[in-house]
Amino acid sequence: MGKTKIEVPVMADLFAQGKKPEYLFWVGSAGAFDDRYKKVSQAFIKILHFLNIDYAILGTEESDSGDVARRAGNEMLFQMQALMNIETLNSYGVDKIITCDPHDYNTLKNEYCDLGGNYHLEHHSEFLDRMIFEGKIKFGNNHFQGKVVTYHDPCYLGRANKVYDQPREVLKSLGINIKEMPRNKSFSLCCGAGGGQMFKEAEKGNKEVFIERTEEAMALSPDIIVTACPFCMTMLTDGIKYKNKELSVANMDLAEMLAESLGL
Amino acid sequence: MKQILFLISMLITLGVFAWTASKIKSYFNLLKPAFPIKDISERIKLTLNVAFGQSKILRRPVIGFIHALVWWGFIVILFGSIEMIIDGLFGTERVLSIFGYFYNFIIAAGDIFGLVIAVAISIFLIRRNIIKVKRFEGIEMKKISHQDANIALLIIFFLMISLLGMNTFYQVKVIQQGGEMLGIFPISHFLVSTFIGLSEHTVSILHEANWWTHILLIFLFANILPYSKHFHVFMSVPNVFLSRLKPLGYIDNMPNITQEVKLMMNPNAIISEVDNNSMERFGMKDVEDGNWKNYLDSLACTQCGRCTSVCPANITGKLLSPRKLMIDFRARMKEKAPKLVKDKNFDDNKSYLGDYISEEEIWACTLCNACAQECPINMNHPNLIVEMRRYLVMEQAMAPSGLNAVFQNIENNGAPWQFAQADRLNWAKDIYIKQ
Repeated sequence: MGKTKIEVPVMADLFAQGKKPEYLFWVGSAGAFDDRYKKVSQAFIKILHFLNIDYAILGTEESDSGDVARRAGNEMLFQMQALMNIETLNSYGVDKIITCDPHDYNTLKNEYCDLGGNYHLEHHSEFLDRMIFEGKIKFGNNHFQGKVVTYHDPCYLGRANKVYDQPREVLKSLGINIKEMPRNKSFSLCCGAGGGQMFKEAEKGNKEVFIERTEEAMALSPDIIVTACPFCMTMLTDGIKYKNKELSVANMDLAEMLAESLGL
Repeated sequence: MKQILFLISMLITLGVFAWTASKIKSYFNLLKPAFPIKDISERIKLTLNVAFGQSKILRRPVIGFIHALVWWGFIVILFGSIEMIIDGLFGTERVLSIFGYFYNFIIAAGDIFGLVIAVAISIFLIRRNIIKVKRFEGIEMKKISHQDANIALLIIFFLMISLLGMNTFYQVKVIQQGGEMLGIFPISHFLVSTFIGLSEHTVSILHEANWWTHILLIFLFANILPYSKHFHVFMSVPNVFLSRLKPLGYIDNMPNITQEVKLMMNPNAIISEVDNNSMERFGMKDVEDGNWKNYLDSLACTQCGRCTSVCPANITGKLLSPRKLMIDFRARMKEKAPKLVKDKNFDDNKSYLGDYISEEEIWACTLCNACAQECPINMNHPNLIVEMRRYLVMEQAMAPSGLNAVFQNIENNGAPWQFAQADRLNWAKDIYIKQ
């Protein structure tokens, strides 16, 4: 079994060749710059190639979606980012967008339309669920047999956009029997990073939100805590480290689970 | 005589209510538009589901079901109240019995609900005053909140007792004096034997006393409600019907900013109708920067605290409590709106943000939408948070330092972190797939 290097297609290059890919993979700032989430982007790219998906990324033409700026109250900056991105996306005639970031998913799907950007968004959990449903991905052996797995709902995927079932379906199709936390789906507790919290000191309290959530997950004695959001990933990874469990508990994204199952 | 007394008390009730309603309407006029009310069929579906079906309060199945029983009971008993008003005005007795089987069914259901609600209200009183459920406590829960709750609960309790009393003595009266028994009374039926020995005169008086107690309590209740947190009884169904229909993750666009940004990006753009007269404030500093939905939310809020009980910031001991946003919005409106109606430039050097809600509360929010998700009547607390952040950031340049750094980074290099835009593709350089 050899290894092949993947050349990630960039929109501008394809466009120059007169090609228009079916999907745009929106990487997002975290997917491009956060060390941990870069691995998720890479895992997802492997899956896209495994599936022979006709896609491209914007590469250096992509800029921050502005989601954090908007939620932190800087509407001016949000709209500058949004209008700039919309101009780029529209110039390539982009229609279908897939992203691994629920925050960008929410902003591009629900908010860019106010500013002239109308796209069909799929979060990677929805995309993967659809691929599995359409029979494009099949699994042989149960790679995660015997592992205790729980799933943390990202707020911007779950409550914000009601995507609760698709990530769970993906895990189920991997042969995983999810052990749910007491607060799950629409009752899920935030990881603590939303609304700009990721980038600032927490206000005075008696506990950090990410510790509260990590403890809830830890109570299940899991081997893997799965999530589907870069911010949740950061917070829960920190929580696991705080509890000195980083050797026994893994924090993985849905895409990584699937790529690992497929042996990519 | 009875008819005249009834007419007078009803006119007083309606008069006071109309006066209150017109005041509240003038307060709504001070506020900004929220969203156009379209998609009526979707709104009707939502109202049937969330309001009449109680789908959101049933997220806590046990106590939610008890609330649902009270609410469904109210609807049934309302039929009898309408009958009482007709009877009172025209001197008839149980006039709606012309509906036959339907009447029997509704009256029977009302009789049962009378007891069910009385029991439910007792449970609510015990939870609030004896068990002291944690959800009913918090910095925003002042003595007046509990007083309000207890007054409303006691009025409802006595409404039910008088309903059952009225039904009981009606039956005794019919048995003693003869005549057709109108309606079926599965619960109060059992009380008849207790009172059958009383004189006809006493029974008549007791029947009248219960009848009057019941209707006058309704009249009183109707006029207390708009001044208490139990305005909920009137405002919650409209509040659900007028819900924001967007996904919870959506934040309202600011068209006035779009105009400025477009000008900045393309100075040659011709912007039509630039309205220079309205130097509108960005975001929300005080209540008049809010929209009618914010106020409606605050009027419909009955301070159940489900929002606060699921708030990650509140759970971890931060100052933020979503319920407080609503209570304080209403309190500030109560303080400022009457003065603003008289003088639109009124200023008392106080504001919602600052004197009621602190920056510490505003910045503790994770915008996870758990509060909005949990609210049984679809209030939107995050909207208030975002609007106040907009004011702090765009008018005052007062964001926490971490966020200021993020703004700078996004502006300079298109990412929240200090990485060069040119490096945006680095992650994609060495990806290998096994084949």
